[in-house]
Amino acid sequence: MQITFPFAGLESRIRGGVHPEARKESTAGKAIDTDFPLPSMLYIALQQHVGQPAEPVVKVGDRVFKGQLIAVGQGNISASLHAPTSGVVADIIDYPAAHPSALPTPTLLLETDSLDLWQQEPETCDPFSLPPEEISIRVAAAGVVGMGGAAFPSAVKLNLGRRTRIKTLLINGGECEPYLTCDDRLMQERADDIVDGIRIMLHGLECRDAMVGIEDNKPLAFAAMRAAAASYPSIQVLQVPTLYPMGWDKQMIRYLTGKEVPADGRATDVGVLMHNIGTAYAVQQAIRYGRPLTRRVVTVSGGAVKTPRNVEVPIGTLLTELFSYCGLDINRARRFVLGGPMMGDILPHTRVPVIKGACGILALSAEEINEQDSKACIRCSRCVTACPTGLLPLEMMVRIRAGQLDGALNYGLRDCISCASCSYACPSGIPLVSYFKYANSELVARDQASLKSEQTKKLADEKTARLERIKQEQLAMAAKRKAETEARKKEAEARKQAKEEEARKNKEEA
Amino acid sequence: MNLNILTRRLQTMKANTVNSIMLHVLIALTPATVFGVFIFGWPALFLFVVTVGSAALFEAICLKLSGKPVSPALKDGSALVTGWLLVMSLPPWAPWWIGVLGSALAIVVGKQVFGGLGQNIFNPAMVARVALLVSFPLEMTTWPKPGAIVFMSNPGFLESLGISFSGVAIPDAYTSATLLGAIKTGFTLGYTVKEALENSNIGWAGALFGWSTGSLGETSALLIGLGGAWLLIKRVITWHVPLSLLASVALLSTIFSSLDAEHYVGPLIHLTSGALLLVAFFIATDYVTSPSSPTGQIIFGAGCGALIYAIRTWGAFPEGAGFAVLLMNSLTPLLDHYFRPRIYGRDHRGRPLELPEKAE
Repeated sequence: MQITFPFAGLESRIRGGVHPEARKESTAGKAIDTDFPLPSMLYIALQQHVGQPAEPVVKVGDRVFKGQLIAVGQGNISASLHAPTSGVVADIIDYPAAHPSALPTPTLLLETDSLDLWQQEPETCDPFSLPPEEISIRVAAAGVVGMGGAAFPSAVKLNLGRRTRIKTLLINGGECEPYLTCDDRLMQERADDIVDGIRIMLHGLECRDAMVGIEDNKPLAFAAMRAAAASYPSIQVLQVPTLYPMGWDKQMIRYLTGKEVPADGRATDVGVLMHNIGTAYAVQQAIRYGRPLTRRVVTVSGGAVKTPRNVEVPIGTLLTELFSYCGLDINRARRFVLGGPMMGDILPHTRVPVIKGACGILALSAEEINEQDSKACIRCSRCVTACPTGLLPLEMMVRIRAGQLDGALNYGLRDCISCASCSYACPSGIPLVSYFKYANSELVARDQASLKSEQTKKLADEKTARLERIKQEQLAMAAKRKAETEARKKEAEARKQAKEEEARKNKEEA
Repeated sequence: MNLNILTRRLQTMKANTVNSIMLHVLIALTPATVFGVFIFGWPALFLFVVTVGSAALFEAICLKLSGKPVSPALKDGSALVTGWLLVMSLPPWAPWWIGVLGSALAIVVGKQVFGGLGQNIFNPAMVARVALLVSFPLEMTTWPKPGAIVFMSNPGFLESLGISFSGVAIPDAYTSATLLGAIKTGFTLGYTVKEALENSNIGWAGALFGWSTGSLGETSALLIGLGGAWLLIKRVITWHVPLSLLASVALLSTIFSSLDAEHYVGPLIHLTSGALLLVAFFIATDYVTSPSSPTGQIIFGAGCGALIYAIRTWGAFPEGAGFAVLLMNSLTPLLDHYFRPRIYGRDHRGRPLELPEKAE
């Protein structure tokens, strides 16, 4: 039961958000480093994206060439993997994943031969001569996933966009996470390719208009993109305010179009589709030049990195190699993060490989983390002001602390996007977002458990019903038999009586 | 519950910790307090020291008794803020035991009994003030006139010690009525607003600059407003509560005084006198006891304002700020429950938004 808000319509296009220090200056001014030496061994995880892991199509000991398909996506939501360079498949083993748990996952080890040979040089083609439906097929074949971090297979999104006849393609150049500058540099250096990629996607979607949203703290990237898109009036390059989490797709959609994606819906429900800048670039590389997605730009930064910069590396490069390339002061490094400091994952160690969704790797020093003991909540509601989703983090936190998951659900726990704005804003230093992540994972576990218990109950019910049925049948049988014997007895009685009657009659007659 | 997850906070601006929030509140209170001590002299200073000191002491005792670490909780400054706000609202020459008892009521009954910082339902300072007012009406309604300079027209140091610590009665020559008190008394005698004001010889200008009879830290509307502005600039508080509170008082007083100027006081006097501004900026905005959503805060503020106006105009007390805040505090959980912000992608009932196709 809720009372209607009396000021609806007065809401602005942005709600909530925080201004974390950007700390992008150490890397934003440096060109993307493309001289990263090829590692002798690449560790290519088979699960690099949402959905099903890919299935290897090469065997241990096989010779593979650059760009060759090495694993195929399984099921509806999955993406294929390709060899970043030529070499030999050394092994397919379980290797620690780039994940907070660092649990071993199936990983293909590629021993590189430093020849970097293609089986045959990829051909360039004119994307606009292809039929539109061909675009998403080729995007899928090139293993392109969302490069903004979530790594959702891009072809799945493109197909959805085609099916739902979207009106506008949105390109996310927000990059609102502190430290990260890989999209910024891509836009500054390869704006023409990105715009080309946007046009290719538009062609594939059979959609006319595109909007690019770039946070206004990246003037150079904005200028470069403006210039690149100048001759295409249907591609608007727009500045959006610098306010974390502007890069959250739904926040950007609301800001650019004024529409809100329904809670149980998708962006396509409001006629838009969103792709990241890096995805547009990857699509262009795949379609125009036939290069599958095997490399990405990674921001290597943080207080413990000696020369922070953006490096273009093959997928499967170990973080240790990347850190040693940029120089790591191991005594200062207190925390390793994959992604940005707000939403990224804390890694237990760095012997994990770069995956397609890794925008940045950070080695943070103690003063950057600024760990402090959390104090009591003073109900100052800064978290409420900061929440871009419009939740009441303090109320949810109280309920989760008390173990009332349903109470937290009632306050919209499932709508939390884990952006950590609340944790950032909290003057008591309460790790609010950690509570919500924990509670959401508890909910998943609970749902699974209840599903399981339901199934068990169903089976048990079926069994009792079956036993009951058998029992009833047996009883029915017994009753039937009893009735039959009764009937036979009666018949025998009747015959006996008839005989006796006859005998009596005979006597009487006699 | 040990979540065993590291917090992920970047280094934030310094303006964003509990300690700095409390510090800004104290900074904002300072001008009005200094002015109050200046015009009311030694007894006011004694009362201030005793009240704030005993607030810290009771906080420490409670923490000790409940087995919580004393020093970090004391350092966050919340007990100082409570004691300070309480003494701002006390008569400047109240005896020492009023300050001590008030602090005990505020800290022990108003806050720690509920479980300490962030757990209390009612504003601790107002709990104490209202309890003192209904228990000791004489001490709580004896108002000294403002003196020109601390050492001239106000009692000297020794005489002040007597007033504060050994129950020496305050000579009648020193006392007078507050503006709101004079108006209330005037009305009971059947005066019009104009006549009552002439009797009290404090105009709204006196109330604005603070050269008037009243509580220790409430007389200068200007300096309280300055402190409020500081809190707004430093983003310690938002505009929702103060604006809605002042607007509702202004609106009601304008309506009634324009209908019947002889029996209803106008907005200028309402807005500059009594505890109104202190309540609007410092007391109703208390994080713990006010709602957490912007809509809830607007309703809370407007409700406080309406109740203050009603008690001042039709109630038995000349000033009703404390009662108004406590009444609205009791509604805070309800406001929090019913007025939540709209969640992204949902309507105000919490149902997912309809798709445009369906809506068309």
